[in-house]
Amino acid sequence: MSGRRITRRQAFKAAGVLVGASAASRFIGPLSIDSALRSAVYAGAPSGTPLRIGFQVHRTGIGATYGKWYERTGAAAVAEINGMGGIGGRPVELVAEDDGTDPKRGVEVVEKLAQQHKVDFIFGTLFSHVVIAAAPRAGELKIPYLVVSEGYHVASGKMNRYTFQPGITDVRAQVTALAPWIVKNLGKKITMVYPDYAFGYDHRDFFSKAAEKQGGKIAALVPISLAESSFTKFFPKIPKDTDAIYHVMVGPGVLTFVKELGEFFGKRKPKLFGFIDSLEGVDFGTPGLEYLEGSYIWEAFPRYATGDDTQAKKTYRQKVGVDANGASTQDAKDVSTYSHMFGVWETLFVIKDAVEKSGYKSPSDYKGFIEAIERMEAFSAGLAHPQGPKRFNGKLHQVYAQQFVSQVSGKKLKVVYKTKIEDGMYAPEADYTKQPL
Amino acid sequence: MSLDLGQLVLALLEGLTSGSIIALTALGLSLVFGVMRIVNVAHGEFYMIGAVTAWYVSTATGSFPAALLVAPLVAGGVALAAERLVLRPLEYKPEATIVATIGMLYIIQQAVLSIYGPEARAVVAPVAFTIEFPWFGYSGYKLVVAGLAALLLLATWLLITKTTLGLYMRATQQDREIAQTFGVPVHRIYAASFALGAVLAAGAGVLIVPVQQAHYLMGLDALLLSFMVVIVGGLGSLKGTVVAAFLIGLIDGLVSVLFSPPLARIVASLLVALVLVFRTRGLFGEQTA
Repeated sequence: MSGRRITRRQAFKAAGVLVGASAASRFIGPLSIDSALRSAVYAGAPSGTPLRIGFQVHRTGIGATYGKWYERTGAAAVAEINGMGGIGGRPVELVAEDDGTDPKRGVEVVEKLAQQHKVDFIFGTLFSHVVIAAAPRAGELKIPYLVVSEGYHVASGKMNRYTFQPGITDVRAQVTALAPWIVKNLGKKITMVYPDYAFGYDHRDFFSKAAEKQGGKIAALVPISLAESSFTKFFPKIPKDTDAIYHVMVGPGVLTFVKELGEFFGKRKPKLFGFIDSLEGVDFGTPGLEYLEGSYIWEAFPRYATGDDTQAKKTYRQKVGVDANGASTQDAKDVSTYSHMFGVWETLFVIKDAVEKSGYKSPSDYKGFIEAIERMEAFSAGLAHPQGPKRFNGKLHQVYAQQFVSQVSGKKLKVVYKTKIEDGMYAPEADYTKQPL
Repeated sequence: MSLDLGQLVLALLEGLTSGSIIALTALGLSLVFGVMRIVNVAHGEFYMIGAVTAWYVSTATGSFPAALLVAPLVAGGVALAAERLVLRPLEYKPEATIVATIGMLYIIQQAVLSIYGPEARAVVAPVAFTIEFPWFGYSGYKLVVAGLAALLLLATWLLITKTTLGLYMRATQQDREIAQTFGVPVHRIYAASFALGAVLAAGAGVLIVPVQQAHYLMGLDALLLSFMVVIVGGLGSLKGTVVAAFLIGLIDGLVSVLFSPPLARIVASLLVALVLVFRTRGLFGEQTA
């Protein structure tokens, strides 16, 4: 290959191109520049420099259905925000990375987004075991980490000053708000079936407490491993005199669970109260789900459009590409994760609000950004918060919203009860604002 | 107490149905190892291909028997291609093929994720009835699964013991070089064995899909259970595989129902560990010199 050696002239040419490109990048946007150069770019940047938000997505692994919809919602929210003139006049750019719904990869994704992509913030993580693994790393790297996970881990005080959950209510608040209705309407003796990891333990601990406070009694606890694909063998653990079965499941096994429950109990059907988490992305018309007819399901944001939806709710539904039945407008069989994905949309609007209130320009302004979120107390309903009005606790970094109980009726969900925001609120056990930045 | 008898019946039923599915899946793994000396890490993915293809076929045609026919053929076709394009160029070297089949596992899994998507999709059972016991109801289809799996096991046994192909397979298993000297087309036998292994796994996948739904990650669990079974039964021993599958199925059923499901996994893993320590070749494994 000696005949193809690079001449000095070619080398100069190449060098010239590189220098030109790096100069141009100051105007086009940061392509791949180190942090020193990056702050210099922002200092004198024109308003067109994009705000880059890292998006930790469960594209693969057991969270993939959620991940698909989180990504669609994120893209829709960013399109909406950019259409409104961006954040603080800057366009927004999402940098998505797949974490495989895996705690170990979740940590790597946080590192990659922070150190390689050099994003301004990271957001969007859902599965609680991934959040619990990755949030400490975000705290070490001192980068704001806004999760959409609904676990109690943020409000428990076990995370850190950089971790927030401003888009979706945590499990403790959900079950505290629901317990009185469940005990009153479904019976006092309740058996809980829940996934055998962090998210399930939040349900176990806080629902048990809340139900007992209402005069209910937990007849049995039945934890089920995430890897389980057959459930009949668990059912003998459910006491015969159980009034109601409280079920919350995740992963692909839920259809099997419902079907086997139906076969096992048949007509001696205890009352059922489930969490939509199990059935997100699943059509209620799916064969095997007939057994759920008449049973009750918790929803955070009703999947089926109701007659009295506000204009903001209607606009949001249309922007995320979901029809009145909660499925994609492109494909009626592609059912959304409607009770979770709004958290992605609302979190991006909270970021927008905090950046604009604090005048955030670059990572050296994290203190102002974080304190701006911590000062927030309430979000009013509207296009930025289509699910409804919310209260925010800056000490706990956690948001609180209204919850819904729906009944499965004619293979659809119909809202039968709404909680008040206050119903779910509990005495705070932590104060992140006391932690140093 | 009447409940105890109920629990025992439930445990036996669960053990029988899970045992028959595991037997079918693990038999393919054991067969491939026996004949080709290849540990096929991608074996569970053929099970998954079976289930996913069954969803496509039964959704398109509305016929479960069509799925039962087509899905194993599709899996067999994928296996033939993999054998020709990956395993043969590697000359079936044990270490190289382990790494190659790990690669196949991910390629198949991610390809299915891209094409089929991340959802778990249900297939309607061809026969749906519930058997009402005094204590509980049980899915009639699960018993049909056990019956069909038993038929497929029987067919495989006949194929191996009564046909020329089976004779060639057994000859190759015993001594590849001598078999080749006697005119056994070893390469073609390898291809046939690899495809048959995939067909068995896919058959199990089709049978299970009305119970469990088709999902792109479902192969991992099947692979794990198959490995447990072939270790206990003896890698390469078909009789050992079937016996071990029912043994592990029954242990799982009994311990799950009478004690707790996590304990069942612990007991099964312990059994594997004990076999590895005290009887490395498994219950029915061939003596290695």
